Amino acid sequence: MAKIEEYAAIVGGAVIDDLRLLADRLKGKTIQHINSTLVGGGVAEILSRMVPLLRELAVDTRWDVIEGGESFFAVTKKFHNALHGRQEEISDDDFDVFRQTSDENIRKMNTSFDIVFIHDPQPIALIKKKADNKWIWRCHIDLSRANKKVWEFLMEYLPGYDSAVFSAPSFSRKLPLRQFLIPPSIDPLSDKNKELPREMIDSVMRKYNIPDDKPIVTQISRFDRLKDPLGVIDAYLLVKKSVDCRLILAGGSAADDPEGAKVLDEVIEKAKADKDIHILLLPQNDIEVNALQMASTVIVQKSIREGFGLTVSEALWKSKPVVASNVGGIALQVKHKYSGMLCHSAEGAAFAVKQLLNNSEYARKLGENGKEHIRNNFLITRHLRDYMLLFLSLYHKEDIVYL
Amino acid sequence: MDEKYKAKEPFRFHTRLHLSELTGLRAATLIQFLELLKTVSGSCIYYHTHRFLQQHQYLSPEPPNDFAYWAAEALGEDELAEKLASIDTVGFSSIRLLREKIVSTIEDYIKDNPLSKLRFSRENEEFYFIKSVSFIVPTNYTASGLREFAEILRKITIDSIYFHIFEARLRLERGTNDFSNWIEHSIGDKKLAEAISRLDPYTHTLEELRKTLIRKIEERLSF
Repeated sequence: MAKIEEYAAIVGGAVIDDLRLLADRLKGKTIQHINSTLVGGGVAEILSRMVPLLRELAVDTRWDVIEGGESFFAVTKKFHNALHGRQEEISDDDFDVFRQTSDENIRKMNTSFDIVFIHDPQPIALIKKKADNKWIWRCHIDLSRANKKVWEFLMEYLPGYDSAVFSAPSFSRKLPLRQFLIPPSIDPLSDKNKELPREMIDSVMRKYNIPDDKPIVTQISRFDRLKDPLGVIDAYLLVKKSVDCRLILAGGSAADDPEGAKVLDEVIEKAKADKDIHILLLPQNDIEVNALQMASTVIVQKSIREGFGLTVSEALWKSKPVVASNVGGIALQVKHKYSGMLCHSAEGAAFAVKQLLNNSEYARKLGENGKEHIRNNFLITRHLRDYMLLFLSLYHKEDIVYL
Repeated sequence: MDEKYKAKEPFRFHTRLHLSELTGLRAATLIQFLELLKTVSGSCIYYHTHRFLQQHQYLSPEPPNDFAYWAAEALGEDELAEKLASIDTVGFSSIRLLREKIVSTIEDYIKDNPLSKLRFSRENEEFYFIKSVSFIVPTNYTASGLREFAEILRKITIDSIYFHIFEARLRLERGTNDFSNWIEHSIGDKKLAEAISRLDPYTHTLEELRKTLIRKIEERLSF
């Protein structure tokens, strides 16, 4: 785990000085993060990096997780999907299971800290335990097409909070409490984003039998319909008519997801006629993902829906030109024609990829711009700063705060 | 210490960090946009006319504001976008006056182009009104003379430069930027103060602005 000083080489020492200034203002406050798991998933990943850095800055921070059985997590998974806009049958029993487990956690959990920071819907009901302290609800979900029944259920709890946090403006709603925009971030010193030696990149390409003989277009994503891997192949085939290139579609295992396995089969079927398409079912291996991104000429994220789409930030951080759908938080990461290209269709994606493959100087400029954009806005140091400002905002209601 | 450029009062550098507060207000058409523009808080106008400066530092210097970007990219109203982009922010001394200019620009455009009222943005491309919450924090840097001031300018964050040049003048309505104010009244160098105040900071990236400020001060010191 990197130390806070190590980030100075990337963002500048003065940015780290600012973090220390803010941490000083939080002296004496105790902060508790609560989510539903210590490992697995984006929230746990970011907390596992955030919490040690906050402690290093002397912000008194702890991280607790709620407990729940299989039935509880089956219900919260349904909630999650329904809030993302998927069709789900939610019964009254489901709500009862949620309430029961929540009541047990309310009984067991100590929440007597100055600031209680609740992540996502699973622990949302803990607000019933609110005393004379401050509570924040952090929502990582795109609520723009949220299932009404689940949303109304969450609204039984939400007004008790002091503030809510969303990752993109379109995820927010009119709420009777303050709400802030805090996008997620990548860690430039993690295995997925740190600089790799050329030999390591080459060895990963050799391992997957991908020759370095023509430009490579890559999408890194789960084999999930919402990531539209079939649409990426359509775009690639259009590009291939005039520019010789390879396509890599790489993503995690879909073994526990019957729908994902079906999508993977369809992708393999569609790709089999073209030997330049490489379908890689990757184990969880951040170094390999990093190497594949580094080896790519253009990186695509042609999602139909997206939570935030941090793979875009990962690609831009490696100075790679990106073609991505204008969905979810992607528009925050890519300003069309300035730091990447946005598209709405396979044809649009193909056109943008061709432009980038045929104009290396333009592609290089977009990649460079993209990297600076990520440096300024989507690294963990910005995320730390925003969280500390968020904590301070709980004690200041005005728009201009003198600390 | 170069006595000639010693300050009567030291300059304490501050930094300005900000949070983006969501309002839940959004517009899909020019008319909705216009109505909200008239009523949202000044902190919203400030956010959308200044966000690009800090978030897109590599873009020199366009697109200068969210309103222009949305008019072009979401509504396809390039002419309106050009008019909004060319509003000379540095010529306004308060957010209120700036808002009035933006509103009148859109009203005039709608009058001349009534069909523009029929345009609407795609889903996910609506304009979301956000407001800026600023946290102003004193840094550990203090300059007691012009040479030291230039040295500190090299190492402070661009957030600090941003605060003293942009926010102090327009949002806090201090009339001019903090640097010119100090150089004129505490160093007593009216000429240099005016030279800095004449700069149009909106046409520089923040790093370019830092370099320009240092160059102007160094030229003065070597004079």
